[in-house]
Amino acid sequence: MNTVPGIPQQIEEALITHRRGFLRSAGLFAVSVGVYGTAGIDEAVAQNAAAPQGPGPYPIPDFHQIDSWIVIHENNTATFYVGKTDPGQGTGTAFRQLMSDELDIAFDQTALIMGSTDITVDQVGSGGSTAIERDSLPMRRVAAEARRVLLGLASARLATPVEQLTVSNAVITARADPAKRVTYRELIAGKKFNVALPGGNINAINGRATLKLRPDFKYTGQSLQRDDIPAKVDGSLKWAVDVKLPGMVHARNVKPPFACAKLTGIDEASVKSLPGFIKVMSKGNYVAVVCEREEQAITAARALKTTWDKPATAPFPTSENLFDYMRTAALTAPYRPTTTGDPAAAFAGAAKTIEAEYQIPFQGHTSFAGAHALADPSNDQMTIYSNDMKTYGMRRGVATFLGMPQDRVRVVYMQGPQGFGRTAAEDAACEAAWIAQQLGRPVRIQWMRDEETAWDTKSPAFLVKMRGALDAGGRLTGYEYDARACDANHLGYNDPQTVLIAQLMGVTTAGPGGGSSSLPSDSYAIPSRKMSADVVGLPALWETPLRTGNLRDPNGPQSAFASESFIDEVAAAAKADPLEFRLKLLTASSEDDAAFHRARSIAVLKAAAKAYGWDTRPSPKPLGTGNILTGRGIAYTFRGNSMVAQIAEVEVNRQNGHVHAKRLVCAYDCGLAVNPDGLRHAAECGTLHGLSRALYEEVRFDNEKVTSRDWFSHPTLRHVDIPERLEVVLVNGDPNPERPDLPSYGAGEASLKPMLAAIANAIYDATGVRLRRVPFRDDRVLAALKAAGVARA
Amino acid sequence: MSTITLRVNGSSHTLDVDPATPLLYVLRNDLGLQGPRFGCGLGQCGACTVIINGLAVRSCVTPVSSVRTEVTTLEGISQNGKLHPLQQAWIDEQVPQCGFCQNGQIMTAKAMLDKTPHPTDTQIRETMNNTICRCFSHYRIQTAIKRVVNKGIAEILPAAEKETLA
Repeated sequence: MNTVPGIPQQIEEALITHRRGFLRSAGLFAVSVGVYGTAGIDEAVAQNAAAPQGPGPYPIPDFHQIDSWIVIHENNTATFYVGKTDPGQGTGTAFRQLMSDELDIAFDQTALIMGSTDITVDQVGSGGSTAIERDSLPMRRVAAEARRVLLGLASARLATPVEQLTVSNAVITARADPAKRVTYRELIAGKKFNVALPGGNINAINGRATLKLRPDFKYTGQSLQRDDIPAKVDGSLKWAVDVKLPGMVHARNVKPPFACAKLTGIDEASVKSLPGFIKVMSKGNYVAVVCEREEQAITAARALKTTWDKPATAPFPTSENLFDYMRTAALTAPYRPTTTGDPAAAFAGAAKTIEAEYQIPFQGHTSFAGAHALADPSNDQMTIYSNDMKTYGMRRGVATFLGMPQDRVRVVYMQGPQGFGRTAAEDAACEAAWIAQQLGRPVRIQWMRDEETAWDTKSPAFLVKMRGALDAGGRLTGYEYDARACDANHLGYNDPQTVLIAQLMGVTTAGPGGGSSSLPSDSYAIPSRKMSADVVGLPALWETPLRTGNLRDPNGPQSAFASESFIDEVAAAAKADPLEFRLKLLTASSEDDAAFHRARSIAVLKAAAKAYGWDTRPSPKPLGTGNILTGRGIAYTFRGNSMVAQIAEVEVNRQNGHVHAKRLVCAYDCGLAVNPDGLRHAAECGTLHGLSRALYEEVRFDNEKVTSRDWFSHPTLRHVDIPERLEVVLVNGDPNPERPDLPSYGAGEASLKPMLAAIANAIYDATGVRLRRVPFRDDRVLAALKAAGVARA
Repeated sequence: MSTITLRVNGSSHTLDVDPATPLLYVLRNDLGLQGPRFGCGLGQCGACTVIINGLAVRSCVTPVSSVRTEVTTLEGISQNGKLHPLQQAWIDEQVPQCGFCQNGQIMTAKAMLDKTPHPTDTQIRETMNNTICRCFSHYRIQTAIKRVVNKGIAEILPAAEKETLA
């Protein structure tokens, strides 16, 4: 295998997640073929990933160069290097499909390496569902340009004009004489392309080749199996948590017992005699214990006696009082309302006015496993092994935090527990790096369950007041949306001044990020609207577990819960069918936009209704007689250019308030689906994440600490909660659906967005009781049913 | 510390560890196994699940000294290079997203099917209920289990039982 200069081959080999088939075909491992789980492969990979780091500085791959993205090997296979990360939604496989198509090489003769800072170009990592919509474009352009360059080389070698050549599976043949052929390997293996694509930034690079269109795709659009799955189910994948280095030690944090606590004492004697104890590491209010073995570090961190002072004033209200607090809290920077039409006149002339307030609590990222990182400080450098989605930002953040030059820091991206945005993985990396720098030994750290649940970044709580004006004909003529997001201490990605360890060490100098709130996303034609999206903050902004950060469509589920619940309330007030009411609002205008939001909004609503078998009637339906009441609800929204409509069918237990979703339908228009099954899977999981947030998820706290600390106190959706039927309908609502240049739109996040409202609307349909506070826990539902006289003993 | 002998996936290992050490850390850090993983350390999530005496056991809360019989991990359920039917079904149904929990899902399902080859849908849901997934791949997990129950019976039952089925 020839490698790009600067790529440590052993790292490269370990990072190919689907290494079994590919590395065998590439001849990289001399092990017995056809035997899964052989010691040969596992040991080789284990040794490779644990190789000590070479001398630096670490290169920063030049995104202009084809060689930074594509390497053709001696056996006519190719490895692609991209600056993205795939936490498990199949984007890695999709990148291979797209690049294989543009390069004209067989999919199974390619491999992909993602997101390791010294061997892949900086595409940030992942976030914002930009993988396919935006970030796959430079990959495709580079692959297309490589193909063009190879055709030029072949033309010279075969003495045949380019236009008389044809390419298939990395073999170039003269059309007129199939005997005249040359492989990519013969043209380039062992050599470099040395071709740069011009462009001022990575997304602007473009060569002379043109991209393929739909009719020319061989792999794009096919439901190929994801390449990372086999190693994830047979135990052979090496995750970031699995890397072991010679001399590695284990650290565990000792978190402050409450927010804004000031450390007043550490009794090191309480742990000094414990087996494996190495050191207590502390600066400011940051405390960690280091031991030789993992379980020793866990024991010692628990045993360490520390004393802390409480802050003079409460850092936050209790979770039960949160919305009262938010209602009167000062706005960080008042938002200038977005106004269309004449809302005052609409409300003055209304036949009926509807008002409602919606409440969405803090919901945790609550990663499945604790944040972790391994930091290796050898050779006066720092290598971080991490599953963080944004490895390039981590390189910059860790370098700044440690005061090291950036080219002495690298981040090796490996798989980990799900990451849907700004997770505590970033905090863990700075902690491991700081301890490793102090100690001079490789340090592995992992957050425990209580730390992760209490101290990870939270999705901001929202309080949304809404008002609607109906005219005498039941038309929605006026609309007010006034949102407050509790998001003032929103953390950026890998910010060296606001990672938790920086806050605790008192080195925080940056002001609060400011946070954000959101307006609803819909294409409804409502003549007059006034909308505002404000931010409020808790009293304590730093050194508090209630810190906010991006979680999968950061404000979307909250704003959509309010806006799509409200449209349902208005439809009910107008005694209209909720679907018909929405379609009327969408068809009331002929205005459209470049991404055809309105047309595609109508398409997803109709597709969802058709798949479900929607029965047209107003909500609620007449109250049933049994103990279990059933109902159906619909909601729709979009994120960016991706449109989604969801229908939920629920059962509400009148005796205990339990809500069960029996059936869910998600109609999703993301444009061109590169891998339809992968997209369907992402939408299934997003839909269920929405269900989990609708029914269970809430961060609870008293006025000094978070009391949600495990899977019982921050509950999550479980197997018994899974709908009996879950259908994802992929919709192509483009007005010209067959167009050869149909674009792909972001897919990861939008499928979560309308679910909370769909469930609330279904509960209303079943019971006539409107729930405006998320989550719909049994006790809250039962209380609401009792208040309405619907509950049964 | 004390000397402990552990039998894992058909091999015996003698180790010098604190007898109270949870089995998980011994499997991962001393024996280099990667199937069982740390998720919560509280026995709540299932990431660390192994099979002992036919039972799905949470190795994060199981002291290594309490283990008297063979431990089977995810790495040990394939046989002669052939994936266990559940592992194959997981690939066929494209179950995982991040995959971090899937050790627990597969091992819990295996322990269930070893004892109850024909579980009802309710039995599947209830048996799997304490095995958490935060990517929310549950629907495909259940589909994959049903696939094995419906199609893979011949592969997971002993030969004698197969006869009676026929």
